[in-house]
Amino acid sequence: MKIEYVRTTCPYCGCGCEMLLETVDGRITQTLPSKTNPMNQGKLCIKGWNVHEFVQSPQRLTMPLLKKDGVLQEVSWDEALNFTASRLQEIKAKHGGDSMAFLSSAKCSNEENYLFQKFCRVGFGTNNVDHCARL
Amino acid sequence: MTNSIPEIEDADCIFIIGSNTSVAHPLIASRIYKAKAKGAKVIVADPRRIHVTSVADIHVRQKLGSDVALINGIMNVILSKGLHDKAFIEERTEGFEKLEQTLKNYPPEKASEITGVSTEDIEKIAIAFASSDKSTILYAMGITQHSHGVDNVKSLANLSMLTGKIGKPSCGVNPLRGQNNVQGACDMGGLPNVYPAYQVVTDENNRKKFEQLWNTQLSSKVGFTIMEMMHGLEDGSIKGMVILGENPAGSDPDVKHVKHALEEAEFLAVIDIFLTDTAKIADVVFPGASFAEKDGTFSNTERNVLRIRKAVNPPGEARPDWQIICDISTRFGLPMTYESPEKIFEEIALVTPSYAGLSYARLENGPIPWPCPSKDHPGTPILHKDRFTRGRGLFHALEYRPPEELADEEFPILLTTGRFFPHYHTGTMTHNSITLENEMSEGYIEIHPYDAKDVGLTSGENCKIVSRRGEVITKAVVTDIVEPGTIFMSFHFMEANANVLTNPALDPICKIPEYKVCAVRVEKLEETNTPEIKAAANA
Repeated sequence: MKIEYVRTTCPYCGCGCEMLLETVDGRITQTLPSKTNPMNQGKLCIKGWNVHEFVQSPQRLTMPLLKKDGVLQEVSWDEALNFTASRLQEIKAKHGGDSMAFLSSAKCSNEENYLFQKFCRVGFGTNNVDHCARL
Repeated sequence: MTNSIPEIEDADCIFIIGSNTSVAHPLIASRIYKAKAKGAKVIVADPRRIHVTSVADIHVRQKLGSDVALINGIMNVILSKGLHDKAFIEERTEGFEKLEQTLKNYPPEKASEITGVSTEDIEKIAIAFASSDKSTILYAMGITQHSHGVDNVKSLANLSMLTGKIGKPSCGVNPLRGQNNVQGACDMGGLPNVYPAYQVVTDENNRKKFEQLWNTQLSSKVGFTIMEMMHGLEDGSIKGMVILGENPAGSDPDVKHVKHALEEAEFLAVIDIFLTDTAKIADVVFPGASFAEKDGTFSNTERNVLRIRKAVNPPGEARPDWQIICDISTRFGLPMTYESPEKIFEEIALVTPSYAGLSYARLENGPIPWPCPSKDHPGTPILHKDRFTRGRGLFHALEYRPPEELADEEFPILLTTGRFFPHYHTGTMTHNSITLENEMSEGYIEIHPYDAKDVGLTSGENCKIVSRRGEVITKAVVTDIVEPGTIFMSFHFMEANANVLTNPALDPICKIPEYKVCAVRVEKLEETNTPEIKAAANA
């Protein structure tokens, strides 16, 4: 049995509580608050204590989905990526980059947000990128 | 936030306005309780009798959307009693004369008439805030989600500068941000008018810099905001959309309209960890990784940059979102080959002056607050210490403007929205958490006993809420947490979503919708009132 504790940051509100995810053989068994972080000082809220539950929910998406005959169906990464790339190329060629819009995410990492806006601005020559900060 | 979270504990006066702190930011609320125990005065301005009012020295219930009048009234008293910080105003600010002129129109009597707050309370708040040594302001979406949200925020900045309570420990103007990385998403340029670190796209020098860095040609035109994108889908100017980890079909105002707009898209791609209402509409859905399944950084509400670290593998064939973006981009014809999030972060530090001194190696020792301009810089917990970003702090002379939608004969009650303690936003994460779902699996409205009596409603009965946009059916809880004439509802439950009802009226400057005020009608619904619901309500 392999037990590990991984120090990370809570994904819920903007407090930024640090936490330890306890894993046993590659599965998270519980969430513990970081006692050394000056922000949360060994405490978490009810959402933080139970954060591993949604991570391991059976409802998680595990495969790319593509709409065929009006129904989303599991497909391979290759099929989903090729379909997406060709649709994006078609729209850009036919209507120009300003006809695309990109919604970035306050739930994703800095690295992901950076790449996403770069993809929008460089790939399509448009500044049509926003996220839920104003919502 | 201009200041750090731990500083709240040492404040002498905490003014909380439009923040249900114990529900939305529990670990910040615990700092308020500690400050209170050390003798701080706690002032809460909130239309609802929220939990944090239990430690408040003063709680006022301003009418929905009347914040500018309330703050102007408070500032009027501060001036008339000579409690303003004359030296700070002289040395650090400009525009004071205009503000002084406008504030003459807001004597306590006038402010009281608009806000419903007594003149005595307005005076008490003014004296407590201005005469305490360390006074801090905490606010959240109760301030921003209005058609005059920008005015509300500027009014709080006015109050802080007028009393010289900024740029010092345990003071400042402190927005409590609702999402873990809303700060970071803004810092990284996930906005239509700025590149990373708020470098505006219309400035030629900025544009040239990024064109060189990214080896490309960039647009000088400010892009669409989220609500403009939705309109664009409907009028045909936007043809396709890529959505990363967001659920606008649940979270935007007037969701019926938003869903219709998304359905109009010629192409819609969604990257998410669950099949959200938005993903259900998409043409293609990519399974992303949760925070526990990837490396990276978040920037919290106090501007601290924090590491997230991979603990487990994503389920099935799901991939980290950064990898998905690289995969799509590369196949599209714009090759993106980053070995790891750390490599991406190195590029971020290169193009983002406020992150220039940050690296994974440094963050290993704990979070660092930006601005951190160089490798030997310790980070900046307190902003505006010696000067404001623009030099002098600018006062804005602002007049009160009423909300876009007021109660009338057809829609006699005002609806306001917010969160409940076990849930989060549209519930994509919390409804998939058994413990949290067991705490609360069904939404409800809070309605005052007077209004409930008018409609003939008792706690646990079902009712129909109707606005100009749509209608929802949900349970009623009769309580004086809300004032007469006001009901409260959350946006956590997709089957009875407040955003079917909310008003998409926007602030003219920042385009935030008016989630916090719209006019509705409450109707009793006898036929669907089951014994089970009654039992649940009584439990």
